[in-house]
Amino acid sequence: MARMKSRGSQLFLPLSVLAILIVINLIKGADYFSISIINGALYGNIPNILYGASELVILSIGMTLVTSSAGSQDLSVGVAATITSAVFVWVLVSAGGITWWTILAAFLVSCVAGIVIGSFNGALVATLNVQPIVATLIVFTVGRSIAFLIDGKLSPILSSNLTYQIGNAIPGVPVRTPIILTVIFIVLAAVLLKTTNLKLYSQAVGINQKAARLNGINPVRIKLLAFMIMGVCAAVAGFIAVTKAGRHDSYNLLRNIEMDAILAVAIGGNSLYGGKFSITGSIIGAYTIEVLDLTLLRLDVPTQAINAFKAVFIIILMVIASPAVREFAGNGTNWVRARLGRADQIPTAIGEDASVVPKSDISAKKEV
Amino acid sequence: MQTQNVLEMQGICKSFPGVRALHNVNFTLKRGEVHGLMGENGAGKSTLIKVMTGVYEKDAGEIKVEGKTIHFRSPEDAQDFGVGTVYQEITLCPNLTVAENMFIGRGRHAFVNWKRMKDDTTRLLSSLGIPARPTQQLSSCSLAVQQMIAIARAIDMDCRILILDEPTSSLDEDEVQKLFSLIRELKSRGVGIVFVTHFLDQVYEISDRITVLRNGEFIGQYDASSLTQFELVSKMMGKALEDVSQIKKHEPSAHDSSEPVFEAKGLSSAAGVKPFDFTIRKGEVNGFTGLLGSGRSESVRAIFAADRVTGGDVKMNGKKVKIGEPIHAMKLGIGYLPEDRKGDGIIAGLSVRDNIVLAFQVLKGFFKPFSRKQAEGFADEYIKSLNIKTPSTDTPITSLSGGNQQKVILARWLLTHLRYLILDEPTRGIDVGTKVEIQKLVLRLAEDGVSVTFISSEIEEALRTCSRLIVMKDRAIVGELIGENLTESNIMHVIAGGSEQTWPE
Amino acid sequence: MESMNTIKRRERVTDSNLLFAIAAAIFVLMYGFGILTHGHDFLQAQTFFDLFNLNAALIILTLAESIVMIGGSIDISIGQVTALVTMSCAVFLQSGEGSIGGAILLALGIGIAFGLLQGFLVAYLKIQPFIITLAGMFLASGLMTTIHEDPINVTMPDFVHLTNFQIVIPWLGTINRNRRFIPLEIMPGTIVVLVLAVVLVILMNWSRFGRNLYAVGGNNESALMLGINVKRTRFYSHVLCGLLAGIAGFVFIMTTGAGNVGNASGFEIKAIAGSIIGGTLLSGGVGNLVGSPFGALTLLTINELIRAAGINSDFQSIANGMLLCIFIVLQNVVLRLRGTESLKLGLPGWLLPASRSR
Repeated sequence: MARMKSRGSQLFLPLSVLAILIVINLIKGADYFSISIINGALYGNIPNILYGASELVILSIGMTLVTSSAGSQDLSVGVAATITSAVFVWVLVSAGGITWWTILAAFLVSCVAGIVIGSFNGALVATLNVQPIVATLIVFTVGRSIAFLIDGKLSPILSSNLTYQIGNAIPGVPVRTPIILTVIFIVLAAVLLKTTNLKLYSQAVGINQKAARLNGINPVRIKLLAFMIMGVCAAVAGFIAVTKAGRHDSYNLLRNIEMDAILAVAIGGNSLYGGKFSITGSIIGAYTIEVLDLTLLRLDVPTQAINAFKAVFIIILMVIASPAVREFAGNGTNWVRARLGRADQIPTAIGEDASVVPKSDISAKKEV
Repeated sequence: MQTQNVLEMQGICKSFPGVRALHNVNFTLKRGEVHGLMGENGAGKSTLIKVMTGVYEKDAGEIKVEGKTIHFRSPEDAQDFGVGTVYQEITLCPNLTVAENMFIGRGRHAFVNWKRMKDDTTRLLSSLGIPARPTQQLSSCSLAVQQMIAIARAIDMDCRILILDEPTSSLDEDEVQKLFSLIRELKSRGVGIVFVTHFLDQVYEISDRITVLRNGEFIGQYDASSLTQFELVSKMMGKALEDVSQIKKHEPSAHDSSEPVFEAKGLSSAAGVKPFDFTIRKGEVNGFTGLLGSGRSESVRAIFAADRVTGGDVKMNGKKVKIGEPIHAMKLGIGYLPEDRKGDGIIAGLSVRDNIVLAFQVLKGFFKPFSRKQAEGFADEYIKSLNIKTPSTDTPITSLSGGNQQKVILARWLLTHLRYLILDEPTRGIDVGTKVEIQKLVLRLAEDGVSVTFISSEIEEALRTCSRLIVMKDRAIVGELIGENLTESNIMHVIAGGSEQTWPE
Repeated sequence: MESMNTIKRRERVTDSNLLFAIAAAIFVLMYGFGILTHGHDFLQAQTFFDLFNLNAALIILTLAESIVMIGGSIDISIGQVTALVTMSCAVFLQSGEGSIGGAILLALGIGIAFGLLQGFLVAYLKIQPFIITLAGMFLASGLMTTIHEDPINVTMPDFVHLTNFQIVIPWLGTINRNRRFIPLEIMPGTIVVLVLAVVLVILMNWSRFGRNLYAVGGNNESALMLGINVKRTRFYSHVLCGLLAGIAGFVFIMTTGAGNVGNASGFEIKAIAGSIIGGTLLSGGVGNLVGSPFGALTLLTINELIRAAGINSDFQSIANGMLLCIFIVLQNVVLRLRGTESLKLGLPGWLLPASRSR
């Protein structure tokens, strides 16, 4: 029961926020859910949200893992994605023709680049114990310049039909490709968490590194792994972003997305100090941010003021989710309960029946 | 009579989510008395103290200080009112200097007078004989020194009420006596002192009256002189204590000739323990003893590679092995219950289940997670067999009492079906009942052929449990006691004379 | 035993002071390197003071960031708050009814308002500071673009006068290429920086608030038990940080004379980096405020060096990042070595009676 309650309350907030935003959208216009088909692919508000949030969702998955094990955030994700996508474009351009094979090869190379960046960050964090925000500041400062060096400041254009299909839609497939890629990525992440102990290990490392080590976990390896996964996430996000845009703009590509990714983790009910985490929460958080952005646009908020509205929204959300307000609400519930004459609902002390169990039982039951 | 009570607490109730910590508890403290507050782990002593000092808000009840109803909202309030507190866990700031830790949060001056602070601190430190300098960063002091500093701070506050929650847990005999003479002096000045400890002898030595709590309920208030030790323990536990003499240690005779399970030669670690040799046989219970800081913990940590191993050869079952990381030791069937339960033992945010399963899961491998059902099964099994008091396997381990947390960590290692278990102070800060349970468990394990190394600051406990004791001093082994020679006076003798160095007087 | 005692008797510096020493040494080293490689430029007093003249706002923000970081918090809104202040002041001054006094009040007001809001949310509602100040950053930038989107040059005469005001120190000047003596010029911003630095260093080292903030940053639970009002202390630190961001905003517009959306962009990251190089730990409780200006100056000196070397701008930021990397690694290695040393020394036998009865 305790589990249901804690999981439930963690996801309750982002889900209800999502619901409220959708209701606001419906009030604005009942056609919110309407979907149209253009060139065989689905368009409309919901598909657009799924489409627009793809990179953010992927990055927020990596950010959750880094946050959990390292207890702090990776500021370099957007920049890392810019570098990996520059590598992707560079390989594609140098390969000559753009075919499915060269795209695959270029994508794999960009993944390697992502892993390299992740390993660099991870090495600083895991072996030298540098705080992640500080360590990733390095890539954050140099990253876009490196991307410029790779793409030669030319903002190369991907004029191929194939990359267009990846960034937009493949003829005959109603769902646009980035959405499919995101779903595949989420499934892969779920499989990874299901078939390995990554979750238990990174939570243990994030909560108490010393104790984790004394239980045979190698904290260095876990943190490094988290950052490498983050690198892969950046590579995939960069791949999607650059194919969506059709050109590589080192200055603007995925600019400031790291802040949104961190926000997604927080909105998902995860502590930014590490430890326990819920990937589902972060994914919902990422979609919530996208819905919020699009809602503000739909409500005709002037573009200059969008940031201010977003800020107010985040503040309200964080206030509702804050420990102090929760405690207050909890006290309120107790008070109401007490007034209703059900004070007995307050649980009694743990193990009151302890004295009933004979202490000598222990030797009889113990088995090694 | 009324005015004689410096503190009166009536009908105090306090609940945390899922736990009722205090229910209708009464407590009175007279001027110039030492009042022992007793109870098992999780009985609510620390909670009561935190309600007194305003760390927690009470749910119900009344607190009167010198006849006036008072409501402390924060430790700051309490301190301003003249309540000095030494909490169970050391609550000083590691990043500040010793002098700052003495004076921070006291006084209402806008600016700090470093010079005066330093002078006052020097005076205080020397009057109490604390080996620290005022300008030293606190984190560079040992735990015992830190505890003395916390006590010095509280004593210096010129308070009307002094609360000492387990002040002696990391002090040695001399320091305890020093503390007691201070307490007596304060008492004669009319300060009311609340004293919490697990050491029964200490309570009787210093207390005038004793209040007993059990499971968050008020059991009674007694004059120390009219309550026998036996009665006190049975009131704390709610039933008569089993005679500890029932505990029969396993004499090693039968196994003496058998092959050692674990053997180390010239083992040393980065924690500064000098190279030492060590063996343990199948089913043997041995232990390290010595003064605090003598290197007991560092030695067992070297065996488990908890600190970086810097040299030495290790054999397991006669075969040469390399233990460079805890995981290597675990794979050989060694388990280690660390001294610092909070810092090295529990994973605070995780559930009881995850905490139990952790080591076994790591041994099984990264790519082979247990199913939820399996994990649940393991947890349930050990919660039952070790009698761990927890509402469910999903409860976060932090909402359990200290003794139960310790049992969870024991369960964690028992689950790995190990061959050699190292227990470093498994019974520190734990109630009498659980202590006895753990001692019995150790002996049962030995009977089943598991080797155990058992470290305890309480020499009696070590003598009762271990069949061989290795005596340490200054980070080196200075002697070994076995069989008939295992007596308290022999240990003292070895510590005092076992090394070339003489004690400067 | 003898050697043990001599080692132990050696006074060990606190972490804060050790990191400060590293920061100061690095700055001197960097500047010395500059003198060696580009002697002419770096030996001129003007070059040194221009570091302050042109970057006063950044140095103030670094001080502000260090204060919240020492309290165990973080503020990433300061850059945008500074920008918002410059824009508001520019609009106000250009509105025709503006006055310099009013603009100063406006700057301080905006800063304090952000400080109050963020401080309340972080300290009393215990929301994660990173997220709250991220929202603060969005709020400030949103408000700024709502107020005005295009660059405004302030042409109000009084203000232009203030902008051009310089303190000339005739006896400390430089000789330029044409062998003409140019006296040293110091801008008002530099004075503000120096005054603020002194005041804040005193505040952090000698005031009750400052010391309490160190305690709170080091371990907030312990601080609570020691009788410190943790919430209020942390709240004040954010208010102070907001106030300083306001001051920085005014100093910024005093230096540049224009409101621009791009003003102070990325300053929050530079301030964090400067604080870290200056020896403040992000984890709280450790840091010497004297080090913070040194941290910022080190970053700026590096930029100067790279510019003087005439390297292409992309490599500039790469070199910048690499140096940042080296400092960070150096700091951590030093702290770690120190850790192992204390492990080795331990306190063997301190319990032996009377062995240290001094």
